[in-house]
Amino acid sequence: MDPITWTGSLGPLLNPLMLAAIAVFVLGFFAQLLLNFAGVQPGEVQINPDHTLSVARSPNDYALMAMKYSVLLFLACVAVFIVGGIVQPSLEQKGIIGAMGQRFLPVWIAMILIFAVSVTFKRRLGLYGKLFDSPIGMVGFFLVMFWMLTAIFAGLVATHGAIDVVSQMRNEVPGSFMPDPDEGEYLAYLLGGDNLGRDVFSRMVFGAREVLKIAPAATLFAFMVGITLGLPAGYFGGKLDTVLTFIANLVLAFPVILLFYLLVTPEIVASGIPTYMAAVLFLFPIIFFVILFNSRFFTQPFTRNIYIFLTVLIGGWLYLGLAWNSDPLGIISMPGNILIVFVSVVFVNSPTVFRIVRGIVLDIKTRDYVAAGQTRGEGPWYIMLWEILPNARGPLIVDFCLRIGYTTILLGTLGFFGLGVSPESPDWGSTINEGRRLLTIYPHPALPPAIALMTMVLGLNLLADGLREESLRD
Amino acid sequence: MAEDTAYDGPILEIDKLSISFFTRLREIPAVMDFSANVMPGEALGLVGESGCGKSTVALGVMQDLGVNGKIVGGTIKFKGRDLSEMSPEELRDIRGSQIAMIYQEPMASLNPAMKIGKQLAEVPVIHEGISEEEAMKRARQVVEDVKLPDPDRILKAYPHQLSGGQQQRIVIAMALMSKPSLLILDEPTTALDVTVEAAIVELVKDLGKKYGTSMLFISHNLGLVLETCDRICVMYSGEAVERGSIEDVFDEMQHPYTQALFRSIPLPGADKNASPLIAIPGNFPLPHERPNGCNFGPRCDYFEAGRCDAGPISMAQVEGNDRHATRCLRFQEIDWSAPPILADKKEKGVIGDTVLKVDNLKKYYEVAANSMFGGADKKVVKANETISFEARESETLAIVGESGCGKSTLAKVLMGLETATEGQVMLDNLSIESTEIQDRDTKTVSSIQMVFQNPFDTLNPSMTVGRQIIRALEIFKIGNTEAERRVRMLELLDLVKLPREFADRMPRQLSGGQKQRVGIARAFAGGARIVVADEPVSALDVSVQAAVTDLLMEIQRNEKTTLLFISHDLSIVRYLSDRVMVMYLGHVVELGSTDQVFSPPYHPYTEALLSAVPIADTSVEKKHIVLEGDIPSAMNPPSGCPFQTRCRWKSEVPGNLCETEVPPQRTMAAGHEIKCHLADDILAQMDPVIKIAAE
Amino acid sequence: MGLFILKRIGVMLLTALCLTFVVFFLTNLYPNLEKLAKTQGNARMTDAEVSSWLDNNGYGAPMLVRYGEWLGVVPGWTRTDEETGEIRGRCIDFGDDPAEAPRFCGMLQGDLGYSTVSDDEVSNVVGGRLLLTGKLMGWVLIVMIPAALVVGVLAGMREGSRLDRTLSTASIATTATPEYVSGVIFIVLLASSTAGLSPWLTENGWIEGRTLFLGSARSAMEDITFWNFTLPVMTLALYGMGYIARMTRASMAEVMTAQYIRTARLKGVKFRTIVLKHALRNALIAPFTVIMLQIPWLLTGVVIVETLFNYNGFGWTLVQAASNNDIELLMSVSIVAVIVVLATQLISDIGYVYLNPRIRIS
Repeated sequence: MDPITWTGSLGPLLNPLMLAAIAVFVLGFFAQLLLNFAGVQPGEVQINPDHTLSVARSPNDYALMAMKYSVLLFLACVAVFIVGGIVQPSLEQKGIIGAMGQRFLPVWIAMILIFAVSVTFKRRLGLYGKLFDSPIGMVGFFLVMFWMLTAIFAGLVATHGAIDVVSQMRNEVPGSFMPDPDEGEYLAYLLGGDNLGRDVFSRMVFGAREVLKIAPAATLFAFMVGITLGLPAGYFGGKLDTVLTFIANLVLAFPVILLFYLLVTPEIVASGIPTYMAAVLFLFPIIFFVILFNSRFFTQPFTRNIYIFLTVLIGGWLYLGLAWNSDPLGIISMPGNILIVFVSVVFVNSPTVFRIVRGIVLDIKTRDYVAAGQTRGEGPWYIMLWEILPNARGPLIVDFCLRIGYTTILLGTLGFFGLGVSPESPDWGSTINEGRRLLTIYPHPALPPAIALMTMVLGLNLLADGLREESLRD
Repeated sequence: MAEDTAYDGPILEIDKLSISFFTRLREIPAVMDFSANVMPGEALGLVGESGCGKSTVALGVMQDLGVNGKIVGGTIKFKGRDLSEMSPEELRDIRGSQIAMIYQEPMASLNPAMKIGKQLAEVPVIHEGISEEEAMKRARQVVEDVKLPDPDRILKAYPHQLSGGQQQRIVIAMALMSKPSLLILDEPTTALDVTVEAAIVELVKDLGKKYGTSMLFISHNLGLVLETCDRICVMYSGEAVERGSIEDVFDEMQHPYTQALFRSIPLPGADKNASPLIAIPGNFPLPHERPNGCNFGPRCDYFEAGRCDAGPISMAQVEGNDRHATRCLRFQEIDWSAPPILADKKEKGVIGDTVLKVDNLKKYYEVAANSMFGGADKKVVKANETISFEARESETLAIVGESGCGKSTLAKVLMGLETATEGQVMLDNLSIESTEIQDRDTKTVSSIQMVFQNPFDTLNPSMTVGRQIIRALEIFKIGNTEAERRVRMLELLDLVKLPREFADRMPRQLSGGQKQRVGIARAFAGGARIVVADEPVSALDVSVQAAVTDLLMEIQRNEKTTLLFISHDLSIVRYLSDRVMVMYLGHVVELGSTDQVFSPPYHPYTEALLSAVPIADTSVEKKHIVLEGDIPSAMNPPSGCPFQTRCRWKSEVPGNLCETEVPPQRTMAAGHEIKCHLADDILAQMDPVIKIAAE
Repeated sequence: MGLFILKRIGVMLLTALCLTFVVFFLTNLYPNLEKLAKTQGNARMTDAEVSSWLDNNGYGAPMLVRYGEWLGVVPGWTRTDEETGEIRGRCIDFGDDPAEAPRFCGMLQGDLGYSTVSDDEVSNVVGGRLLLTGKLMGWVLIVMIPAALVVGVLAGMREGSRLDRTLSTASIATTATPEYVSGVIFIVLLASSTAGLSPWLTENGWIEGRTLFLGSARSAMEDITFWNFTLPVMTLALYGMGYIARMTRASMAEVMTAQYIRTARLKGVKFRTIVLKHALRNALIAPFTVIMLQIPWLLTGVVIVETLFNYNGFGWTLVQAASNNDIELLMSVSIVAVIVVLATQLISDIGYVYLNPRIRIS
């Protein structure tokens, strides 16, 4: 049986349209660039006597309009393919794009819900709501949410298991049908099979889950460490600052890849170093919250004790489980190889966070409200955590988004060198690594995870950019 | 430029100019229906509070409104030619050669990576096409004209190597390089110290005369405009409300806003208890919340419903005066000479026992060159030198001085943010000079509190107003439950006359004056007995200043607080303080009651300071004393008397006493002390700086 | 200035010492040594045999002593074989007279040890590999820096314009594409015989070989050509380029809103002159630091690209050394990496001071 075509039954109709859209876009882009360099200005905004505005268009504007509409046309075609994929019955008619669109149905529904709710209430949602004023930010948010939701609904979206091997499907091209599918099994490998005969599409979908399990959490821990150390370094300055900055620079001067090669090896795991590092690094969040509540509520001992008790209880439980793998209840644990990856990523990221936090603190600590806190006798930790930190949130949130992206890239790098992950793992880095060996002959196994990783990091970067732009606009 | 000299009409004609800024949501009108003329050699002052559109007018004249700003109506003619019809090339030719501009921040106006000489020479090279060498010669000439020492060295220097005053002189020199016909000055002295400001103003006036330049002088300071300009235009919320010659507007004002403005600034002779300042009620309207009809209507005492808010009001000529116009419908009906209706006179608080006693206080800092290895060469900065004074209950003690005089360090030592190097600070009978704030008990901490200078910085932007006050109450252990503290917090809001709804607002929803009130409420949360107010109103607009000052005075009277009022503004100090302490480079140079300090004998520095403060009253005659040079750096103070480098009386002291010995503290009269070497008979010869002409 | 450099160098040496010790510590952990013993001696050694092998080969001493030996500040170990009476030691080459051998032989003496994988002196291995990577890096910098600066300046000179938006989005896209993604995409598009452009070009007879560019840079080790070197250079340059361009743009945009630019504009200076004479110098201070700090960052990229394109340079050596437990080679590789990092930091500090008159003259 022939493989499924990419565009299915709608293809003959829409393919020319899409090609035309791409052509117009490319033409428009170069026309605009040329016009820009040739010195043609964009159209002037004219003011009419009744204080309304009208735009006098120049060739530049027409080029831009053409680009805009070609993008819209292209997106419309994609939407039609997806709807067609959902509506039409057979795989041949759906085409690969349509079929994938159908598999992502839960993602689409959740996405439409999130966007509808957010746009409706955007004025009441603070910075998050303002994101929906910026096109760049919205695109970024869409991409990030797409992979988030894919990770959540991976079980529903994927057509096969991540490690199901069908040897006849080895290196088969996208859209190939299964040789003899079981009852209820999906009929085809939508994006083809890899060199072991596993479904590339499903591995890509499950890969999202692998990446999103670690990247945000590791970034969060890096932030905890960076903030807990950066605040006092910036606030107190002096010897403490000198020592901490020196250590941070030390870690930063370490070539990342070398550090990974040294840390993420079975021998190191055997020596127990990752556990000790985790024991230190994972302590920071608990310290952070204890100080946070103590400085705020020390005037009301009862309230404070409740908060601190809860923090120590929950934090301690997670700590025992994650760092020492000795959760008394046996629920929380982390396998050794994931732990070492997690710890290394936190370790590499925290010095940068430290430097950012320290820089912001140096700026904010000269403000009068900090002096006001000092003159009423507040302790230093209250000032750092409740007066300075909340006002540093803008740049920190932006950096958080960027850093998740960077962490994703790092995880990919680890996977690419086969460090720290189990050989079967569907994470994007390892999949790219496996695919690259036969890249020039069979490009299809390596490309989907590469594009997935790129779009997700791009989404995070665009999201950060949108957030930065909107937070500055006040 | 021969063809230009032939032109003898007005240099600048602005006719019914309207400028708007366009945002994503709406059009924001910044200037509406603004007209003004500047004749050759004339100086026009543009006065108004922040946000009134005065700087936008200047940028409109320069045709530099940015991407969002647009001229939506009217014309701006320069020497008879409409600027908005010129091509970009023509505009570029005019900018810098015929119209030049001077800004507020001299440091920011100069390119940090380019030598001064090059930046200056650039102007004639562009506009007159002369050679680099010739331009350099011209630059040297102009640098001499702006009275900078050692022009050759300065031409080879980078901007950061000069002091603020010198930088502003360079900016002026740059503006004058091509002998422009029109000079626009946008708050040119706001960032400078008073004595430096006086020198710059003097220079601008002289050069304006020398080069025959017309000037558009933008300022919020009426006194400064009086000193520099021939004509004045008062702006309010995007409109010109009154314009005319200085004498007409100052003495025969014809607009309620102008009148209110004058009544809200302290003039010599005003007294806080007998004739308190009258604040303008209400707030400045935001551009998109402007009322119908007269913009000033809602805040105006003469407001007549149905008439003033009916529709747009145009400028009306005032008969009998030269080009004097006002934007008021009722100006002919109002009795402008009627005295203001005063709120009931306030009783002066009775000054009680000594609360705070500072004796021989010294604060030295050690500044290390490099902290990495605990660098070897350390410098000692003497921020405070042998300061002694007392402050009593219900008393206002003003601490006056320019930047670097050590007043902020003194405040820090009092607050416990720094510890004294030597000497004593006694609160009641407890010595606190070496107790840091963490080690002070709650009572001591809550007794001394502070009001800060910058209203936009004084509140934590991410905490509600109520929360911030409640936090202070928590720390001062006031109230046993959250509910009690909330009640107390609401009472504090009442005390500072803010509506109780403000408790749940975020600071960014408040205006500058309102934020400052919250800052005051927070300072008084623990029943403070001593409040250190560090320039609490200097960042506020004039009309708001009066309200906040009066609030502070009222609370002081009721709570019997000792107020240490740090300021550089002598008008306000004279108005509200009981005693004044003048500081210079860490030394107290003069201390005495307000009358003693403001009348001779003066310390030479006090004399110069008094003369430097611009006064917005045409009946005041002032001696002009311009100090040479800048304030020396505290890192490297002069030997002997700290003021000897700039003192005009130095020659009256025999020998080189001034350069070798720090003068002793001398008691002139009961409670009046001066730190000076001058002999008694010379001090006695001094004339008063400010004379109020007989009415 | 001199004092400043001296202090910086002091800090650098301290950093280098700390970093090399960490590497030494991590590579000389017992599990690694055990593995070494089994690969060098006999894969089926017992635990006792392992420890005696280690003892005999100088690995028995405490960690700090061995670090000192490696550094060359502690005399190299010597051991007399009890049966043959032969003296062996760290500094005694096979067959040499023990009496004539130097007492110290460590990094400071220029003795970097012996690579077990390459079967050669480490110094010989590292030198050649470094040269290869140097060539790669050179080309990357030549492509990356001018392109990034031009893009950044063009985008930043009119903030918010369309040109700015287009270029900024493009730079964001490149920073979101790590080398192992862009490399894969480039190979598929330009160097695959079954996909991308090449089959189409071959069909039309427009190119001679089977692919437009070569997917492997192995041949570039002998002879660099446009066809075998473009893809690695592009891959490596692209990722760093976006970052530098964004920094340049931010710096440029900030400078363009500065008051002195307005002063210049209102002096009647032309826009082009404003950008070139007034803005550029100030705007390039920040990117310069970024560029210098980017170089060590490129190291990770170098490792990826050299692995992906089979170019046996420094990065490839690092992977080989690390995955084969070649301790001495790995130590030297780390030294080089650390030196590169610290040297670029030093240059960036000095350059920053030099470029910024505000710091230079005070």
